[in-house]
Amino acid sequence: MYKNFLRYIISALFLLGLSVQANADFKVGFVYVGPTGDHGWTYQHDEGRKAVEAAGIKTTYVESVPEGADAERVIRQLAQSGHDLIFTTSFGYMDPTNKVAKDFPNVKFEHATGYKREHPNVSTYSARFYEGRTLLGHMAGKMTKTNVIGYIASFPIPEVIRGINAMTLAAQKVNPDIKTKIVWVFTWYDPGKESEAAQALIDQGADIIMQHTDSTAPVQVAEKAGVWSFGQASDMQRFAPKSILTSIIDDWAPYYVERSIAARDGTWKQQDTWHGLKEGMVAMAAYNPAMGSDLVKEVEQLQKDLASGKTHSFTGPIYDQKGNILVAEGSVADDGMLAGMNVYVKGVEGDIPQ
Amino acid sequence: MIKIEKRNDVSPSIYFLTPILAIFLTLFGGGIIFYVLGFNPIEALKFFFITPISDLYGLSELLVKATPLCLIAIGLSFCFKSNNWNIGAEGQLIFGGIVGGGVALLFYGHDGFYVLPIIILSGAIGGMIFAMIPAVLKTYFNTNEILVSLMLVYVAKLLLDYLVVGPWSNPEGFNFPETRQFSESARMPILFDGLRIHAGIFITLITVFLSWLILYKTYLGFQIKVSGLSLKTAKYAGYKGKTMIIIVFMISGACAGLAGVGEITGPIGQLHRNISPDYGFTAIIVAFLGRLNPIGIIFASLIVALTYLGAETAQIFLQVPKYTGQVFQGMILFFLLGSDYLLFFKIKFLGLKKNEL
Repeated sequence: MYKNFLRYIISALFLLGLSVQANADFKVGFVYVGPTGDHGWTYQHDEGRKAVEAAGIKTTYVESVPEGADAERVIRQLAQSGHDLIFTTSFGYMDPTNKVAKDFPNVKFEHATGYKREHPNVSTYSARFYEGRTLLGHMAGKMTKTNVIGYIASFPIPEVIRGINAMTLAAQKVNPDIKTKIVWVFTWYDPGKESEAAQALIDQGADIIMQHTDSTAPVQVAEKAGVWSFGQASDMQRFAPKSILTSIIDDWAPYYVERSIAARDGTWKQQDTWHGLKEGMVAMAAYNPAMGSDLVKEVEQLQKDLASGKTHSFTGPIYDQKGNILVAEGSVADDGMLAGMNVYVKGVEGDIPQ
Repeated sequence: MIKIEKRNDVSPSIYFLTPILAIFLTLFGGGIIFYVLGFNPIEALKFFFITPISDLYGLSELLVKATPLCLIAIGLSFCFKSNNWNIGAEGQLIFGGIVGGGVALLFYGHDGFYVLPIIILSGAIGGMIFAMIPAVLKTYFNTNEILVSLMLVYVAKLLLDYLVVGPWSNPEGFNFPETRQFSESARMPILFDGLRIHAGIFITLITVFLSWLILYKTYLGFQIKVSGLSLKTAKYAGYKGKTMIIIVFMISGACAGLAGVGEITGPIGQLHRNISPDYGFTAIIVAFLGRLNPIGIIFASLIVALTYLGAETAQIFLQVPKYTGQVFQGMILFFLLGSDYLLFFKIKFLGLKKNEL
C-alpha cells in the first residue's frame, strides 16, 4: 500500500515534471510575408507576436518569406523544429499551410485571411476591417467638399470590395452626392505605385484619400496636397499629422495571446474566426480633432453601435450599380454574402477588374 | 605610387581554386558579421551551413532550390562565354512559366503521359522566344542586349500579373491573383514520398551534360569560346557572328524557360505572381562562381541554394535577420571578383621618385 502510494506520487511528480517541461518547451512560430519594419501589415503581426512573448510564451518568426515554393519549406521547418502553433500571416500561404498541416497532426496551424481548413489542426482567422471602413465612410462623407472620395485598392478580392462598399454606403448615408473613385494598383505594398495612384485621384478631384494597401506613401502624398487621408493597418498618424483623420488598426495581439495560451493548455480547437470592433481585432487610432468635436462624437457613437451590434455596416436597402436590390430593407447582409462579395454597390464608379 | 600590370601566366588550377578561396573568405567575413551582431560565430555558421542539410528533407530541399539556379546558370554560361550579356533570365523564366502554365491550364482535367512533356517543351520554347527578342534586336539593330533583356523582365512580370489577375484567374478562387492548381498529369513526378524533390532534376542533369558536350566537343562550342576571347579573331576566322549570338540567346532562354516550367509544375503547382524569388538574377552569381563551367556551376548552384536555406534556419533558431542570406551571396561575388582581379593583375607598389615630390 505504502509502496503503491509512493509509486503514485513519483509518477504524478514525473508527469507534472513532463507537463511543466512541455509548457516550457512550448513555442509559437510566425511566418511573415514582408519585413517586420514595413509599418503596415507585417509590422502589426509582429506587434501581436511581441504580445505573445510578453505573456511568457517563446516565439520565433521568419520574415520576408515569398509566397511561392519557399513558403512550404519554412512552415515545415518551423513544425519540425518543435513549434507547437504556427501562424501563417498571408493569403498566399494557404495551400502550403494545409499541406504541412497534413504531415504534422500534432502541430496547430492558424492561417490568416484564407478559406481552406482541410485538416482538423488548421484554423483560419481574419478581421472585419469593413467595420472600420464604415467609420471612415461616415467621416469622408461629412468632410468632403468635392464629393469625390479617392480609394487606392490592391486586388479585387472580396475583402477589398467589401471595404469599398462599406465605406461608400456609410458616406452616402450622410452625403447622398458622394462618388467613390478607385485606382487598382495590384500590389499590397509598393510606395511608388501607391503614391502615383494617390496623386492621380487627387488630380481627379478627390479631397479624401483612403487606401487598402500597406505603405505610408498615400498619406504622405495627401499631406503634401493638403487633402484628408486615412491610415491603414497601423497608426500612420506621424507620417501625415495634419492630413490623417484616423487609421484603421489591425490588432492581432489579443487573438494571438488567446490562441497561444489555448494551444499550450490543450484547449485549442479548429475554428474560423472573424473578429471586428467588438472583440478589438479592428481598432481605431485617435480621431483628428480637426474634424470638429461634433463629428468626433458622432463617429465615436457609431463605433460603439457597430461594436455592440446595434448598427451593421451592411443594412438594407442596398442596391448594386445597376439598381438591383442586394439586401432588402430591414435586413442585414449575412456573413456568407460578405465573404463572397463580388459586386459594387450603387455610387461606386467603374467596374471590378476581371 | 601604385602600378597595375596584367599577369600573363595565370595557371588554370588557381583559376578554379579561387572560387573555393572566395567561399572561405565569405565564411570568415560572415563569422565576423555574426560576431558583430552578437551571435556566436561558430554556432551561427553551423546553423547557416550545416543544419539545413543535416537530414534527408533538407538535402532534398537543397536540390529543389538548386535545380532552377543550375539550369539558368548553365544557359547563361553560353551567353557570357561568348560576350553576350543576357541579364534578363528572370524574364525568360517567367515567360517560359507563362507559356508552360497556359498549356497546363489548357490541359486542365486531361490525363495522359503526353501532357507533362508538352508543357515542359512549350515552357522551353517560350523562354527561347523571349530570349530571341534581345538577340535579334542586337544583331539587326545594334541595340544593347543588357538593357533590352533587363527591361523585358518587367514586361514578363506585368504580363504574368495581368494573366493571373484577369483571364487566367481561378474561377472558384474569389478573385485572388492565382490560377487553378494544375491537374496531377501536369505535375512533375515526385521522386521520394514525403520529399519535394521532383523529376526536374533529371532535366537539369541532362542539360548539364548536353551543354558540356556542346561547349567542349562541338564546332559551335569552339566558336563560342573564340568569340568570347576575341571578337576580332572570330571575325577574321570567318565565323558567322549573328547566327551565333542568336543561338546562345536561344539556348540561354530555353534553359531559363525550363527552370520556370519546372517551378510551376514542380513545387508550386499553379501560376501566381511569385513564381520566382529572382532566380534569374541570382543565377548570374551562380554562373560566375562556377566559372562558366558546367561542373563548376553544379557546385556553385548548391552553395548559393544553401545560402537561402541557411538564412531561413538561422532566423528560426537564432533569429538572425533573414537578409544575411543576401549578404552572403553578395560577399561570395565580391570576394570572387576581388580575387579574380588580383589573379589577373599585379599590383606594384613603387616608391615615390624624387622628381615627383
